[in-house]
Amino acid sequence: MFDPAIMKTIFGRLTLESLPLHEPIVMATFAAVAVGGIALLAAITYFKLWTWLWKEWLTSVDHKKVGIMYMILGTVMLLRGFSDAIMMRAQQAMAFGANEGFLPAHHYDQVFTAHGVIMIFFVAMPFVTGIMNYVIPLQIGARDVSFPFLNNMSFWMTAAGAVIVMMSLFIGEFARTGWLAMPPLSGVAYSPDVGVDYYIWALQIAGVGTLLSGVNLIATIVKMRAPGMSMMKMPIFCWTALCTNVLVVAAFPVLTAVLALLSLDRYIGTAIFTNELGGNPMMYVNLIWIWGHPEVYILILPLFGVFSEVTSTFSGKRLFGYTSMVYATVVITILAYLVWLHHFFTMGSGASVNSFFGITTMVISIPTGAKIFNWLFTMYRGRIRFELPMMWTVAFMITFTIGGMTGVLLAVPPADFVLHNSLFLVAHFHNVIIGGVLFGTFAAINYWFPKAFGFRLNEWWGKLSFWMWVPGFYVAFMPLYVLGLMGVTRRLRHFDDPSLQIWFVIAAIGAAMIAVGIAAFLIQIFVSVRNREALRDTTGDPWNGRTLEWATSSPPPAYNFAFTPIVHDGDAYADMKARGHDRPVTGFRPIHMPSNTGTGVILAGFAVALGFGMIWYIWWLAAASMLGLVATSIIHTFNYKRDYHIPVEEVERIENARTALLVQHKVTTA
Amino acid sequence: MSATHNASGTTADDATRLAFYQLDEHDHPEGGSTMLGFWIYLMSDCLIFACLFAIYGVLGANYAGGPAPKDLFELPLVAINTSMLLLSSITYGFAMLAMERQQVRATQLWLAVTGLFGATFIGIELYEFATLIHEGATPQRSAFLSAFFTLVGTHGLHVTFGLIWLVTLMVQVGKHGLIQANKRRLLCLSMFWHFLDVIWIGVFTFVYLLGMLR
Amino acid sequence: MMLDRSTRSPRRRRLLAGLPLLLLGGCNMVVMNPAGDVAVQQRDLILVATGLMLLIILPVLALTGLFAWRYRASNQAAKYEPDWDHSTQLELVIWAIPLLIVIVLGAVTWVSTHVLDPYRPIERLGPGRTIAQNVRPLEVQVVALDWKWLFIYPEYGIATVNQLAAPVDRPIEFKLTSSTVMNAFYIPSLAGMIYAMPGMETKLHAVINKPGNYEGMSSNYSGAGYSGMRFRFYGMSDQGFDKWVAGVRAKSMPLTRANYLRLEKPTENVRPMHFGTVDPQLYKAAVNMCVRPGSMCMDHMMMIDAQGGGGKHSAEPRNGVGHAEGALEKQPEEKGAPGHWSKPREPTPPGAQQPGAQRNRDLTLNRMPPAATPGLRQSVRA
Repeated sequence: MFDPAIMKTIFGRLTLESLPLHEPIVMATFAAVAVGGIALLAAITYFKLWTWLWKEWLTSVDHKKVGIMYMILGTVMLLRGFSDAIMMRAQQAMAFGANEGFLPAHHYDQVFTAHGVIMIFFVAMPFVTGIMNYVIPLQIGARDVSFPFLNNMSFWMTAAGAVIVMMSLFIGEFARTGWLAMPPLSGVAYSPDVGVDYYIWALQIAGVGTLLSGVNLIATIVKMRAPGMSMMKMPIFCWTALCTNVLVVAAFPVLTAVLALLSLDRYIGTAIFTNELGGNPMMYVNLIWIWGHPEVYILILPLFGVFSEVTSTFSGKRLFGYTSMVYATVVITILAYLVWLHHFFTMGSGASVNSFFGITTMVISIPTGAKIFNWLFTMYRGRIRFELPMMWTVAFMITFTIGGMTGVLLAVPPADFVLHNSLFLVAHFHNVIIGGVLFGTFAAINYWFPKAFGFRLNEWWGKLSFWMWVPGFYVAFMPLYVLGLMGVTRRLRHFDDPSLQIWFVIAAIGAAMIAVGIAAFLIQIFVSVRNREALRDTTGDPWNGRTLEWATSSPPPAYNFAFTPIVHDGDAYADMKARGHDRPVTGFRPIHMPSNTGTGVILAGFAVALGFGMIWYIWWLAAASMLGLVATSIIHTFNYKRDYHIPVEEVERIENARTALLVQHKVTTA
Repeated sequence: MSATHNASGTTADDATRLAFYQLDEHDHPEGGSTMLGFWIYLMSDCLIFACLFAIYGVLGANYAGGPAPKDLFELPLVAINTSMLLLSSITYGFAMLAMERQQVRATQLWLAVTGLFGATFIGIELYEFATLIHEGATPQRSAFLSAFFTLVGTHGLHVTFGLIWLVTLMVQVGKHGLIQANKRRLLCLSMFWHFLDVIWIGVFTFVYLLGMLR
Repeated sequence: MMLDRSTRSPRRRRLLAGLPLLLLGGCNMVVMNPAGDVAVQQRDLILVATGLMLLIILPVLALTGLFAWRYRASNQAAKYEPDWDHSTQLELVIWAIPLLIVIVLGAVTWVSTHVLDPYRPIERLGPGRTIAQNVRPLEVQVVALDWKWLFIYPEYGIATVNQLAAPVDRPIEFKLTSSTVMNAFYIPSLAGMIYAMPGMETKLHAVINKPGNYEGMSSNYSGAGYSGMRFRFYGMSDQGFDKWVAGVRAKSMPLTRANYLRLEKPTENVRPMHFGTVDPQLYKAAVNMCVRPGSMCMDHMMMIDAQGGGGKHSAEPRNGVGHAEGALEKQPEEKGAPGHWSKPREPTPPGAQQPGAQRNRDLTLNRMPPAATPGLRQSVRA
């Protein structure tokens, strides 16, 4: 019908075969997503929200809105990543003996790869970046981040990566390699299909966003602190965020480089990680873990900061051992680079190399242990209010301690020889990532939600979510520890020994409990939005907070602070309250702010097109979008008017409304 | 807990001494963090090169029974190439001096000279690559050549983007003169350009000179 | 998955008293209850390390509960010191206790990592049991294929697939490599795992102390057939082992290079196979990725490289292991059309139509030729 060579030139390797036309279930899913998407777009059109959405959100350079968009992205991707988890749990619970389960290897291997990739890059990273984005400028008394446009663009690049991963569900397939896509398996010889290319481009594009947001937040913390806030008077969350972003800047380039080298092998046939012609796959393993290990500290450090803030606030006490907490964080940051080899003790390095990396890994547990003790002694002689953020924090302290112990156990090389790649290992890292990152994210969401939206989250549904998540975690992952000790390894699709089945069934029940926990979390938000008037926070300080973000209104105005605060103490706002500060009510000035721009959205659009073109070998599309990226960037630099002033009348209107609200609140509570 | 939120209320003794708000704040000059931010970016870029150097260090002697550096590299050509890049760094320095003196024409002129040197560097590099490929020393031939082309090519790609940036800045300086924003951009490109110079010295020493000695 | 119940040893629990996990009596935790001395030492190390860490973990867990309860807001009787945020003595203790534990654990790690280094020949058969002077270790050459294990016994000139046997109390020296991608060789009852990687050789030393039928597997994901990449490991008495060797020797099928190349092709859930004779150079060729006729061996290539390379226009040593063209080198028609993930694969996996059929568990019955046939070279080339 058509000349195949022309078709290949236009569509690359994309054919109708790549679409799920033969698979009714996937088509139905696709149709549902498409109909839902069209309905959403129609609703936005009907309610004439496009302008509002574009002007107020998509193009916004306001760090608060960017932060919230990160959190929404993380939540949406959590649902996708968790569906993968449910599928794996179901497969492993049923695939025994003659029963092959419901997932063929070809599909199952994509599911576990996608689960890992999505949970780390598109759930945990957006959550962590979102929290830092929202909170840091407020805590340091700044009006925005150092590079507001870059911030918006970073978000859209992350979102572009997520879009590419989601595309693989409907067009073609995802990688079947495990979440780190180790060659030779991920090389073009053993994975010639589009899966690994989806993986590479999703991560490369999202990686640009992460790296730039790291640069941005470091500059923000170093340069934009309120007068009087010396480094050692910074809230501890800012310290952990600073260290995290140092890790981002020093680790993500390695990921970029190693993925670029893998793409060279795949696209132009170089011999870097190949078996033959002198290539060396072990280089990939080393380099990816030189990124990969700092990455886990990138994820957990900001949450350590969250737990510190929460413990201190809800214990009504200053944080115990602030200085040692700071040093512990810095030590963890440095040591994070000296432990990567513990991920592959079993690759046959010598005993001295293995024990060096084993011992450095154990040494990290010293500052981490010190942190746990500092939280404990912050609670000691406090008045602990067990609101939701504090509940998550206590759950974290217990869960993370157990996960830390199994981690140190895995750091002993000969013990690792029998536990590596086993379900014990899987249980360990879920123990620290769920117990640390996820629990911390829920603590942070419950803690700062009133600040972001002006009303608290519903407690009943929040507690239901908590009581489903925490025991659900234990039910889901303790059996995996047992299975690991029974010699069961990871990523298996089918089992012969029927005595294992009971443990997988228990784990599946745990996953179901977590599913209820996630549902309860979504309902919690929905119910809270509906009852927002009853949950309204008029004071801006619902928890008797100690840091500067609680000094402004909830939600904060676009400019955060009408007057930049001056800091005299580590717990700046607690200090202000204790000494009786006067919130100025007159003498406002126009405020200098950055303007919104659509460039970030456009660049991300081109990035998606570039990725798609490269994945499917549609060279003209890739070249055109590359050109578009460069041209858009250049055009953007010709725009010199990137800021504006909020007129003084506007500031007065907003601040007078707040004054009125505070007076009214005082009258009603007096 | 809202008692201290009073709008007019009482003041404690030390609050009269301590100010809690900057009441007479002026606009912060734009771009106060740009230099720091760009420096951090450069350091991250430096790590990309560090990885490529590490790869070259590990794979650099894996010729797969094929050509080795001493069969391929022509040091005189590379020496000329190196001097092109070093000279471009010097002329960029002259551009910055002209910028400090607010001389728009001179700045543009020196930028143009820098660009020419840069373009010559890229031209010579492309010629070198073409010769190698013609001789059968393609990036696909061996791990050594893969690592070589990747490292040198990544540097060349950086210089190419530097050239695009340089032309853009020449136009922008022509359009708006040496305003603060343009000076800041010129300073960033300056850091970028000298950074590439430093990387090249590493490439020249580590890849070419040590390669010939091997 | 686990060893048969009949061969399970009575549980020895010297140090385990406090470990709640081990109260799960019903299940057979092979890692906690192994049958080879190396794995036993690794088990003991896990217990020692866990015990050491519990010294600090248990107090922390207890204090968390205690403080959370005692200093709850409703307990107005508890002391409240909102500004107490520093204590040098406490800080010292906080940093010192983990440090002390890590020092002890670090020392244990350093020593045990050296003693249990998989490259180090074992020095005992068990606690207090030395190795007799005249005992030579049993050498087993292991090649991880897609997706089955090939074991070559150079001392006996035999080879097996997915079945491994060794006499009890005789040290075993494994030499491992892989034909395509990375795998990990793991027999939980015997010793820890070690990667098997293409173009490289790794080593593992171990000994089995009790006769039995044990599980072995690949523990590093290696592609579609990974789940079925398992084998049985038999610990046998000396006589039993000799009988087993004689049985394998009696098989007529030789493991020639040609047969190796057929065996190397991807297959799943492979049943044990026996080869009565083996090409003595086969393992060396497998490590050097030059089993295919006419391909250059890695060691030869490295020798050329060490002497300064082969010069310009030298022939490219393609040995067909893991090479494929990059995308940009491909002609439009070579680009292929990757299907959607939900599309049934070719050849259709029987699992899709007949779940539970025995054929699903052993695809090789249909694919592996029964014996060497003439004209094999052509079929390998094709």
